[in-house]
Amino acid sequence: MKFSTDHEYIRTEGDAGTVGISTFAQEQLGDIVFVELPAVGAVLKKGDEAAVVESVKAASEIYSPVSGTVTEVNEALNGDPGLVNSDPEGNGWIFKLSVSDAGELDDLMDATAYASHTAQG
Amino acid sequence: MRYLPHSDAERAEMLGVIGAKTIEELFAGVPRSALQTTSLDLPGHQPEYMVENHMRALSGKNRAAGDGPFFVGAGAYRHHVPASVDHLIQRSEFLTAYTPYQPEISQGTLQMLFEFQTQVANLTGMDVANASMYDGSTATAEAVLMACRLTRRNKIILSGGIHPHYRDVVRTYMGEGEHLVCLEASPEGQGGITAEVDDATAAIVIQTPDFYGHLRDVKSLAEAAHAKGALLIVVVTEAVALGLIEAPGALGADIVVAEGQSIGNALNFGGPYVGLMATREKFIRQMPGRLCGETVDAEGKRGFVLTLSTREQHIRREKATSNICTNSGLCALAFSIHMSLLGEAGLTKLARLNHARASALADALEQVPGVELLNDTFFNEMTLRLNKPAAEVVEALVAKNIIAGVPVSRLEPGKPELENLLVLAATELTSDADIAALVAGLKEVLA
Repeated sequence: MKFSTDHEYIRTEGDAGTVGISTFAQEQLGDIVFVELPAVGAVLKKGDEAAVVESVKAASEIYSPVSGTVTEVNEALNGDPGLVNSDPEGNGWIFKLSVSDAGELDDLMDATAYASHTAQG
Repeated sequence: MRYLPHSDAERAEMLGVIGAKTIEELFAGVPRSALQTTSLDLPGHQPEYMVENHMRALSGKNRAAGDGPFFVGAGAYRHHVPASVDHLIQRSEFLTAYTPYQPEISQGTLQMLFEFQTQVANLTGMDVANASMYDGSTATAEAVLMACRLTRRNKIILSGGIHPHYRDVVRTYMGEGEHLVCLEASPEGQGGITAEVDDATAAIVIQTPDFYGHLRDVKSLAEAAHAKGALLIVVVTEAVALGLIEAPGALGADIVVAEGQSIGNALNFGGPYVGLMATREKFIRQMPGRLCGETVDAEGKRGFVLTLSTREQHIRREKATSNICTNSGLCALAFSIHMSLLGEAGLTKLARLNHARASALADALEQVPGVELLNDTFFNEMTLRLNKPAAEVVEALVAKNIIAGVPVSRLEPGKPELENLLVLAATELTSDADIAALVAGLKEVLA
């Protein structure tokens, strides 16, 4: 699993990636009340706005950590957006995409680097 | 007393920073023809009582809607506003801060907005309504933007029965281009809308009763839109009609917008008015404007708050759902108080009375030589084809103290096929004597 400086994670198997927000990010946002999902088939470049996560405090954009095409969105979040809080890196995933440039993954942080990134605040 | 805050020295300092020698130099980019180069030739200042006299003389030149027979409609309607409405809107409970962000000091305003939303949702047959928009036209444009966000498409089809000013406001918001299809004016209620719907269409926008007074078939248009994954936006300019026609929400509309002036608000020279907007619950997060919600306080007592504010610009800045961060609070209050006084039965009665007066008007006008009624259906408004240009006829009748309605050419200039058309409305205030005066006047002018 790799992390962006904007607190998205991506887990990859081959060229299939699953994107969500980190445990740290969901703690900072507070109770998530709504997730606006991307359209399946949307072509995203690295850093494009992909989704919106709305908590009781704020609505935050979720940026795609790498370039790719959206293949699936987590429809379960429509009924239960709280999954992002309770299981952010598991059932609280937001969308899946087919990664178009695996090289971009190298720009992201691994778990250790991300932990030190969030510790620095 | 000096009312201009800047001294010559301050002006010179500012010009120095900008790098211009004179104030005139700042306007160098403005075409000469657009510049006022001579002074305005205004009179010197006057004592207060002289100004009052002057203003009184000016207001004496007005011909108020209540001064004689009056048949103007076309988006603004003269209805009776009970004295109790104007009295109640001035009560101190409603004089809370303009922006009710602090619920602990704004319960009066917040509860009123909540009741207003409930009334609008009931009237339109929708799940949720917002705390009002500026007016019917801007509500229409916001509904169009909302439909584009919801469908992630950008083609909009505007029916030829939309109020021309509403069409122009949508055009201003959307910009000209192939994405905005404005159908030709349809004074006889003709359709042709469904043929334009395709897979790129975000929404069809129709008005009912339309600008020319016809009732539109909401249901079939909703089906045509939905078959292509598009939305149906229904516009109502005469809110009293909602007391009699079937609620657009019950007929498949996805967003309903309306002008609320007719209920509780006077003509006010064209504004301020109050826009109504309602939609399905599933679309709530893309709805612009304020939303007021019911909740409970720490002691479990019922209370009201602004809700879903995370979508609004004071929190979400440039990513906000819309830049509408305000509402027509006072006009919405007047609307809400009048609606409460009427109740459902009262509104239905008022609507029936409007239709009855309009039917009497239509029957009388059909007997006038040179007049052709274009409507098979109407609520309280209709279109006539006259045997000469309608603008001339209206002018001639003004001389007889009769305001006969709105010549279509006033809103659709330069279209010869619309030149002889006159849109006119009747309300509960239209008397038999008013109708008789109009008929007699028209017979004379059209002969």
